[in-house]
Amino acid sequence: MTLNYSISGGDFASAGNASSAVKSILKQLNIDNGTIKRVVISLYEAEVNVAAHADNGTITVDIDNVSVKMVICDSGPGIPDIELAMKEGFSTASAEVREMGFGAGMGLPNIKRNCDLLNIKSIPGEGTELNIEILLNQAKPTER
Amino acid sequence: MHHKYWIMELNRIVNILDAKVLAGKDHLSREVAHAFSSDLMSDVLTIPGKDVILLTGLSNIHSLRAAEMADINQVAIVRNKPVSQEMIDLAEQNNIVLLSVDSSLFRASGMLFSEGIKPLF
Repeated sequence: MTLNYSISGGDFASAGNASSAVKSILKQLNIDNGTIKRVVISLYEAEVNVAAHADNGTITVDIDNVSVKMVICDSGPGIPDIELAMKEGFSTASAEVREMGFGAGMGLPNIKRNCDLLNIKSIPGEGTELNIEILLNQAKPTER
Repeated sequence: MHHKYWIMELNRIVNILDAKVLAGKDHLSREVAHAFSSDLMSDVLTIPGKDVILLTGLSNIHSLRAAEMADINQVAIVRNKPVSQEMIDLAEQNNIVLLSVDSSLFRASGMLFSEGIKPLF
């Protein structure tokens, strides 16, 4: 199953809509709560990142019997130093982002903590692509 | 320190905090054992959600979104901050009990702690 969403930079009101939709779909698929939480926290942090930093972005969520794969692709300023961005506490977020309850430099580390595989590609001045994979604990194809 | 912790119904928490119930009136018999107080939603996203009430001074849609993602089923907005209809609707949609409390974050946390609600960490 493949799901597609889009996010606009600066649109904090809508950040979280995709995560919310994915959460209810995963529930319908009887995926266990722990795995659902890891998926939606990763996706929600990624959505907030796009709203906070990029011009616009797309989300593709691929669900099969083995894992949930998410690709979050944005056009925007990119990340000049990914290693630095992965450091907890490092942030370039604006005051507006901080007022929303984010921007403490925990987003990417939170994603890393929750997923099984994280790959970040970024070209400064062009954009960033996040590949996130979360393995399903109990794949029971017959029940889907 | 000698301190007894209790599991209590949300009804009792509403009484202790003298809270207004803005959403989830039908779920007040739900039991709560732990509380976590934070205005930082990225921090909220790192906690185990079960049996937890979140106390926060952040009154916007993301206090509810973060609760939804972290499986936190009860949220108290402190300091009598204005709560939007959108927040109330989102809480209802996700069966989250949304409370409004006059006390500050520190006072509300202290009241629950002294009545036996357990800190997460």
